[in-house]
Amino acid sequence: MCHVTSVVPVAKMVGSNRIVQGQGIVHVMGNADLPAEEEKELRRKTVLQAIEALKNEAPST
Amino acid sequence: MRVVHYLNQFFGGIGGEEHADTEFQVHDEPVGPGRLLEQILGEDAQIVRTIVCGDNYATENMGALTAFVVEKTEEAQADLFVAGPCFEAGRYGVAAAGLCVAVSSELDIPVVTGMATENPGVDLHRQSLFIVDSGQNAAAMRDVLTKMSEMAHKLAEGCQIGSPEEEGYIARGILKDAFVEDTAAERLVAMLSAKVNGEYFASELPAPSFPAITSPAPVVDMSTAKVAIITDGGLVPAGNPDNISAWAATNWGAYDISGKDGLQGDDYEVSHRGYDTRYVEQSPDRLVPVDALRELEESNIIGELHNKFFSTSGLVNPIANSRRLGREIAEQLKESEIDAVILTST
Repeated sequence: MCHVTSVVPVAKMVGSNRIVQGQGIVHVMGNADLPAEEEKELRRKTVLQAIEALKNEAPST
Repeated sequence: MRVVHYLNQFFGGIGGEEHADTEFQVHDEPVGPGRLLEQILGEDAQIVRTIVCGDNYATENMGALTAFVVEKTEEAQADLFVAGPCFEAGRYGVAAAGLCVAVSSELDIPVVTGMATENPGVDLHRQSLFIVDSGQNAAAMRDVLTKMSEMAHKLAEGCQIGSPEEEGYIARGILKDAFVEDTAAERLVAMLSAKVNGEYFASELPAPSFPAITSPAPVVDMSTAKVAIITDGGLVPAGNPDNISAWAATNWGAYDISGKDGLQGDDYEVSHRGYDTRYVEQSPDRLVPVDALRELEESNIIGELHNKFFSTSGLVNPIANSRRLGREIAEQLKESEIDAVILTST
């Protein structure tokens, strides 16, 4: 599992092994200030980061 | 005092993990640690029945096991039901605690179990049970059974049960009002001076503890992996069909996304009172990124996007409850043979 969140300290506290920094509490996987195409690209990048994390070893907590 | 005792296959003398699928069985006598328990409970107590069941069988057939145990305990005219102690054995603890809750509510007799604080059975049922803290070491069986026996006698005699520290059971998360002499400021300063002087002090508000989590192995080949999305941000179909509460949610939902290239705001709403939900309601992909994952599925970067996403609201949720929701969703993931999960949290 990869945890995508904007509140990384909480993810660490509860013991998530794979964490990706989200884009904000109100839009973890986007950014409402960006034009639609750029936002979609940002989302794609965030999801790819998560997939990369899933493919790699992660430390136990 | 007539006692019915529940044991798993290991303590019931059947065998180890290779016998974990053993069906429940009944012995009209004490078995394994039950013999010592009977001795410690004293002359008035007799273990009239022992029910033994394999851990896997118990986990997979909890409904049938519960009905069986309640029936057999009632039939034995028991005055006390004891399960375990289970130490760190998770499936055993979950079954023992569940059985204690069922026997207590259906037959209204005292129930006692014991397990380590880390046992998932504690998370599930600590609030409704007095679970004796067994620690992790099964070699301490005699001490643990002694504590369980003391608890059993107190419950049977209708005694008032004191605080967890006094009685040796695992804190149930219940706050009780009490009068104290000193103000909060005075207690705070006293605690601080004790700390500075290297003396003993106890926090009045213990922080929750989180057990270490072993990292799951990497997914070697994402291009053949089945990926599911989970969120605790409360995205639900319009109308919130499962009535997922906006805070302290007690349930979760699984929502179909077959054939969807992305999520439309009109089809969904957010049940979560902890953040400004407008942006997600405009475009739910901002929380549950179906559009991006669908593209990655088409370009074969991932094998398959699971046809449902899982959702609950992660706001002000007691930890024990959150763990239960997580366990239930994990069961679904296993059934659906999911290889990897992306969890989005607000």
